[in-house]
Amino acid sequence: MAETVADTRRLITKPQNLNDAYGPPSNFLEIDVSNPQTVGVGRGRFTTYEIRVKTNLPIFKLKESTVRRRYSDSEWLRSELERESKVVVPPLPGKAFLRQLPFRGDDGIFDDNFIEERKQGLEQFINKVAGHPLAQNERCLHMFLQDEIIDKSYTPSKIRHA
Amino acid sequence: MSFFGFGQSVEVEILLNDAESRKRAEHKTEDGKKEKYFLFYDGETVSGKVSLALKNPNKRLEHQGIKIEFIGQIELYYDRGNHHEFVSLVKDLARPGEISQSQAFDFEFTHVEKPYESYTGQNVKLRYFLRATISRRLNDVVKEMDIVVHTLSTYPELNSSIKMEVGIEDCLHIEFEYNKSKYHLKDVIVGKIYFLLVRIKIKHMEIDIIKRETTGTGPNVYHENDTIAKYEIMDGAPVRGESIPIRLFLAGYELTPTMRDINKKFSVRYYLNLVLIDEEERRYFKQQEVVLWRKGDIVRKSMSHQAAIASQRFEGTASLGGR
Repeated sequence: MAETVADTRRLITKPQNLNDAYGPPSNFLEIDVSNPQTVGVGRGRFTTYEIRVKTNLPIFKLKESTVRRRYSDSEWLRSELERESKVVVPPLPGKAFLRQLPFRGDDGIFDDNFIEERKQGLEQFINKVAGHPLAQNERCLHMFLQDEIIDKSYTPSKIRHA
Repeated sequence: MSFFGFGQSVEVEILLNDAESRKRAEHKTEDGKKEKYFLFYDGETVSGKVSLALKNPNKRLEHQGIKIEFIGQIELYYDRGNHHEFVSLVKDLARPGEISQSQAFDFEFTHVEKPYESYTGQNVKLRYFLRATISRRLNDVVKEMDIVVHTLSTYPELNSSIKMEVGIEDCLHIEFEYNKSKYHLKDVIVGKIYFLLVRIKIKHMEIDIIKRETTGTGPNVYHENDTIAKYEIMDGAPVRGESIPIRLFLAGYELTPTMRDINKKFSVRYYLNLVLIDEEERRYFKQQEVVLWRKGDIVRKSMSHQAAIASQRFEGTASLGGR
């Protein structure tokens, strides 16, 4: 006696709207970290990086934005996210304590190679964080990416889709 | 398994009367090996003979009694000393005396109740076996023979599909559907995933079959999860309005029927885990329980008469088996 053949027919599905099929995807989020510049003189010098956001996600107020940030700003962002959200926040590129000591053979924290490594590390960090659905709800992330100046005395809050 | 002392004078064998016609089924042992055992169903009679062969025909064997037992027991690995016997039948074969020549003793356990399926798991084992014992003053001679029991069910009366909309607000909304909630062990899971909203960058999607073995009661409950299968159903990024089909054949995997609160000692339940993985290796998942059941084979002429009765018992009854 033959075994009955299993019914493996697909379930009924709705045909896809052609606009949805061939339109631009609604998950476009690109963040570039570029153009490092050292500002200031003497011991007060620091390096800033240009952070450019291009997106079509509705949770971001601006579809395109550019800000300049320094390394300690991303340290601030990381600690805010760890405290306020349940996200396991990825690590930042190194703090480079040794490079800040005097009497080095190279340029310390203003060394070109070091700045390039740090720039790439920051780009990885910010892309990982900005794509996280829970991190996207945090005010601190939007302030970091799209506000001209970071107000460190802000009130932490959650962003809801406008 | 048999226990042979040093210089054992007698060899004990347990033989079944229907050994020729009875089917054998593969069952995993505790150390993972697959072995074949005689297959029995609930209600079937277990009959055969215990044969004693004297090694030295001139030496008599003095004994305090010979008996055969049919045992169904649950063994928790963390509590090996305590076996929980839920079936225990005994037949005396010989009163205390002497065996002067090799001989065989017939036995029959009629219409034995075998309420649960044989199961060998990570933390618990449920087994059925025959045990022949020759009692002696110093040490008994014991011979055990394991059998395998399958519990059969028939097509459930109610077998609704599973259909749900889940997601993360404003980021990802999907509607998943599985054609049934109860599947037999050789069945096919037919389903689909429909994407309503996709605002994250998905890399791929898979369906996992998870087996959860629960042992212990009250505060000492222990769950052991085991991923039996991982099956990729989508590679690449979907957009809104796309439907991804699922067709997962269960026959290829080592599955047992769902076992709920067996003798109040353990449970074995199965879950389908739908997993989406995004570009940053973040995992989004939705777990859903499915009930697995064992379908009786089509009655064939070569099957023993009793196994045929056991299968036929379930035809016409519309309930899902298992206690």
